[in-house]
Amino acid sequence: MIIPAEYISLLISIVYTAGVVVFVLLFVLLCNWLERKISAHMQDRLGPMETGGWHGWAQPIADAIKLLLKEDIIPAAADSKLFRIAPYIVFMGSLAGFAVLPFASNLIGTDLNIGVYYVIAVTSIVVIGLLMAGWSSNNKWSLYGAMRSASQMISYEIPVALALLVPVIAAGSMSMNEIVQNQAGGFWNWYVFKTMPFSLIAFIIYFWASLAESNRAPFDLPEAESELVAGYFTEYSGIRFAFFFLAEYSDMFVVSAIAATVFLGGWHAPFPFLSFIPGIVWFVSKAAFLVLVQMWLRWTLPRLRVDQLMHICWKIFLPFSFVNLLLVSLWVVLKG
Amino acid sequence: MKETKELNLPLGPELNKWELLSKGEDPFGEQMTLQMGPQHPATHGVLRLELETDGEAVTKITPYIGYLHRCFEKVAESVTYPQVVPYCDRMDYLAGMNMCLGYVLAVEKLMEIEVNDRVQTLRVMVNELNRIASHCVALATYGLDIGAWTPLLYLFQAREHILDILEELSGARMLFNYIRIGGLAKDIPDNGWTKKVENFLGYFEPKIPELNDLLSYNKIFIERTANVGAMSQEIAIAYGVTGPNLRATGFDYDMRRDAPYSGYENYEFEPQLGSGEQGKPGDCWDRYIVRVREMGESMKIIRQALDRLPEGDVQEKIPKNFNKMPVGEVYTSTEAPRGELGIYLVSDGTKIPYRVKARSGAYCSVSALPAFASGVLIADLVAIVASIDIVLGEVDR
Repeated sequence: MIIPAEYISLLISIVYTAGVVVFVLLFVLLCNWLERKISAHMQDRLGPMETGGWHGWAQPIADAIKLLLKEDIIPAAADSKLFRIAPYIVFMGSLAGFAVLPFASNLIGTDLNIGVYYVIAVTSIVVIGLLMAGWSSNNKWSLYGAMRSASQMISYEIPVALALLVPVIAAGSMSMNEIVQNQAGGFWNWYVFKTMPFSLIAFIIYFWASLAESNRAPFDLPEAESELVAGYFTEYSGIRFAFFFLAEYSDMFVVSAIAATVFLGGWHAPFPFLSFIPGIVWFVSKAAFLVLVQMWLRWTLPRLRVDQLMHICWKIFLPFSFVNLLLVSLWVVLKG
Repeated sequence: MKETKELNLPLGPELNKWELLSKGEDPFGEQMTLQMGPQHPATHGVLRLELETDGEAVTKITPYIGYLHRCFEKVAESVTYPQVVPYCDRMDYLAGMNMCLGYVLAVEKLMEIEVNDRVQTLRVMVNELNRIASHCVALATYGLDIGAWTPLLYLFQAREHILDILEELSGARMLFNYIRIGGLAKDIPDNGWTKKVENFLGYFEPKIPELNDLLSYNKIFIERTANVGAMSQEIAIAYGVTGPNLRATGFDYDMRRDAPYSGYENYEFEPQLGSGEQGKPGDCWDRYIVRVREMGESMKIIRQALDRLPEGDVQEKIPKNFNKMPVGEVYTSTEAPRGELGIYLVSDGTKIPYRVKARSGAYCSVSALPAFASGVLIADLVAIVASIDIVLGEVDR
């Protein structure tokens, strides 16, 4: 029996998607454990030490099981349908970003010729999910959290997009793979260093704005527990809460992975003689490094206020990224 | 003083609003009523704030208290004089020593008991230790409410050392019941307790610059707290706000210096004043930094007390039972970490107090909240509530 070619490609994409989901789950479990340990050591504590033996490595697994077994409470006054759907939309939004992440030269879901544009577009879906969660919970704190996250994420998408356009212009392509291929041959060819100083500025703007995109400190206002109890997921419990949690951590990975792809050379090794190490190792470790920086910031800095957040976005990031974009365009044109 | 007149209780107009609503009109407009507390992570216990909000802006604040009311004053009217002492610990459970001292001084004043120098010095020492512990909690939770997690752990660690020291002394970690009428529960243990206090001071000295690096002069922290919730001197005085909150407005008033008790006149220290260093005088940052600097002053006092600690008995001769109390009334006020603690004591000659009234600093701070905190954002309100450093046990008593 001959299997038609389209079935085979379908099968491959299903397997790849399953692989990505497994990767996300494992990454979230690891990240959760790491974040606890890092925060603990930054704060002179030990963190989880008991579960599973060595430094409590099984703690996130125990937590995941606990969340799965917990009762799924839907408030009587909630808009039940929206309430049920919202966490999946949020998770889907951040999972969809994985489709164009080039883990290695031949390991990419689909090499869209508009990869960067696609990523910016699908990560915006998250906002809809958050708004649905906040609105349907019928809780004032949730509503505040949703409103904050909507205004914050929509505002910060602009500097994120403008910052990502700098390497796109330099590479002359929106395809993730092509952008990475343009950075071959050592760390001095990475876009963060290649078109100095424009892309360095773009990288800094992108990194800070992506913190706001993924609701991490010091921009974690939508879920600021001391102000809004827990923000948009105040009313969620059990597995639905776990989905928000998954989405937050996979969001952290997605924004870091995009930074690694377009600014830090993707799967390329920093030195040519190190290229015998598989590309996926370089890619994941670059992204993981940025995730660690995010954690480090979270446990060091206080939180900004909502108007200060907007001030930074519209009056600092936006003009800088605009001017930066103009200059880099000019530079590309003059260079020919 | 104008602000005080604009306050009106919400009951009357609120009822009218519901009436209008039943007729199909919308009296609330864009306003949303928000219940902040009693179960909210940033209300430091069980304070309930009813907020009228317009978007994120808070247009009106009404604090509701009483969720932690434990009838201190009424209980005090039904137990004997010495039996009241453990209840005092439970008023401000973060500063039990200071609470007990206030009450004990009132009883001693009524009975005209003079305690010796050793008792006085030890009392000053444990008071200042407890003040540092209390300020540690205040600053730690303040950072937490602004979103900085890490200072919380560092400060609680320092507090842990103080609690260990006080535990060795009294056997308890928070509710000490150590300061008694006419003296102290027991003398200091002879395993080098004073050495441990010295060690703690050596350990804590560098912690304050560390805190300043981590939190006090952090750009984001200053952005969040400077120019936020500035309390004017007029409002502070009109509402009877005392303690660090009053000193943060620049008003130089410290009971330890202005009306010394328990031998405070023999110590050298400077009351720390807010000067609007980063913004306006009396803003949240001033209230914060006054507490930080006060910890340094407390350490100075403890050092002096350690140097002078005389020998002596820690319990004066007092009547076995309190059957023959002098008739009369006394008022003492002491400087507790959260403002002036006043104890008004009326005796009718029996062994049970006729009336005990406690005036707490935190209660006055809460009552001033609507006068100086209206018109801010919700996030600012969280910072303001944290900065006035209330303990609901003391507010409700």
